[in-house]
Amino acid sequence: MRIVGISAGMSDASSTALLADRYGQAIRGARADASFEVVSLRDLAHDITDATLVGFASPRLQHVIDQAVAADALVVVTPTYKASYPGLFKSFFDVIDADLLIGKPVALAATGGTARHSLVIDFAMRPLFAYLQAMVVPTGVFASPHDWSSEGSDALGGRVDRAVAELLSVAEGGGSGRSFDDSIDLFSDTMLSISDSPL
Amino acid sequence: MTTMQFGVFTVGDVTTDPTDGTTPSEYQRIKDTVEIAKKSEEIGLDVFATGEHHNPPFVPSSPTTTLAYIGAQTEKLILSTSTTLITTNDPVKIAEDYATLQHLVDGRMDLMLGRGNTAPVYPWFGYDGSKAVELTIEHYQLLRKLWDEDVVNWEGKFRTPLQGFTATPRPLDGVAPFVWHGSIRTPEVAELAAYYGDGYFANNIFWPKEHYIRLINFYRQRYAHYGHGAPEQAIVGLGGQFFIRKNSQDAVREFRPYFDNAPVYGHGPSLEDFTAQTPLTVGSPQEFIEKTLTFADFFGDYQRQLFLVDHAGLPTKIVLEQLDLLGEVLPTLRAEFDARRPANVPDAPTHAARVAASVAGRQADEGAVPTGRQTDEGGREGALRSAPGVRPSPRGTTGESRDSHDHQVVTR
Repeated sequence: MRIVGISAGMSDASSTALLADRYGQAIRGARADASFEVVSLRDLAHDITDATLVGFASPRLQHVIDQAVAADALVVVTPTYKASYPGLFKSFFDVIDADLLIGKPVALAATGGTARHSLVIDFAMRPLFAYLQAMVVPTGVFASPHDWSSEGSDALGGRVDRAVAELLSVAEGGGSGRSFDDSIDLFSDTMLSISDSPL
Repeated sequence: MTTMQFGVFTVGDVTTDPTDGTTPSEYQRIKDTVEIAKKSEEIGLDVFATGEHHNPPFVPSSPTTTLAYIGAQTEKLILSTSTTLITTNDPVKIAEDYATLQHLVDGRMDLMLGRGNTAPVYPWFGYDGSKAVELTIEHYQLLRKLWDEDVVNWEGKFRTPLQGFTATPRPLDGVAPFVWHGSIRTPEVAELAAYYGDGYFANNIFWPKEHYIRLINFYRQRYAHYGHGAPEQAIVGLGGQFFIRKNSQDAVREFRPYFDNAPVYGHGPSLEDFTAQTPLTVGSPQEFIEKTLTFADFFGDYQRQLFLVDHAGLPTKIVLEQLDLLGEVLPTLRAEFDARRPANVPDAPTHAARVAASVAGRQADEGAVPTGRQTDEGGREGALRSAPGVRPSPRGTTGESRDSHDHQVVTR
């Protein structure tokens, strides 16, 4: 089981990176043979901007995209900027072809400076992944400053465990029953209309 | 020889020179395009191709006008497009405009079809941009009929029906202009090219090359599927771009401000990253030769290589210098590509060769006793299909005029 984390945390040891680590612990605790590797979008900021401008990914960015597409599941973690995910987060998913994540099991998580941002997962992130036709698990985990304090961290860990259990279940099962298909469809209406014509 | 054709293609953009802030007028840009084409012939290139656009900052809205004007001032250059918009042009007008050009320049032309449009362009010509692929297919199917059949009865979804219609003039020597299909994304376009045995052109300005490799391989397989020949015999063209000076460092220093501010990739990747990741060479002539030769490793031996030279606001004086430098390396490029080319890979298409194939095809058709090879599946049928538009000439060419005509075109 290969799970890739995508973190849009902007600083070293950001709360977003810490939350991603929590997912790593929970995944390894649940499945000893599972691998979990976190990609920091900050390191790819220039590559993502370049890809936005020229329409193709640098080898470094392409490698990350390939890893994400090949993964059995994704954990996507972002901070909350101005009531939504940061532009860099959106730009990363903007440069990925729209059908690459079809059926991909995804767990969503977010951090924010106040618990009043907690709906960012359901009001900003879920619509994006609905568009991408990913298989998003029901439990999204939002961590506010309160969750990192001693009294809040157990509850946070419990929610992460629940999300991971859902993610593993979906990844081990049939998912949405659909996945990205790279083959060219020779039998689409437009394709068939070409060879229908008399020479 | 025309084993492989080299040429330039222009987008026709009017772009401010970032080094001095000057912007050519439309008049200047159009006239300069003609100078670039004439220079292309002078340095020994085979092909000049112009884009087609209908909005600023682009000037080439009327390719056949410009190409005919260039044709009158050149002798050998094959005039082509990059691309002719099959979506928003009426196929009847394409058939007639390009057949007229074909007569005027004695067959020294072909064309590349493409969608090439952003959504707002379609309604300017009465079409719906959401139907781009369907328009491409239907318009091309009609264009083929208009060239291949003297009297056309036709009905489709996007255009008023045609009853007993004859597009004039009929194609020169009864052989329609050779058609390339340009696409960077759409498998349907590769399928269309394969089905009709036409050429397939991958712009190739941007990579990852794996993307183009996939589409070109698909086209090659489908070309074979439809009986035109082996996959490696499909007709492939590629784009490319370069900026060269004798010393690599001079090329980088001189081109960098143009690169950094270019409309397409400016303010994005560094010149170093972009040259490492795409077909663009900015360096010495030798570096340019080496990189260009790798294209055949990636895409297979191919028939036409076009370079984008006039772009990013480069002044025409520099563009002409670049063409002089290209002319100097051209013999090496030709020799190296020819040396690696297997014998079964076909030459680049020319009108003369296609007329000869047409005559051979007709003779095979009329032959009393078909040979075994001719009746093989994909043999005779394939030979005929591989030369679409092949049929008796309405011009009634005599042997004499055909000979003189062939001679003119073949001498390259």
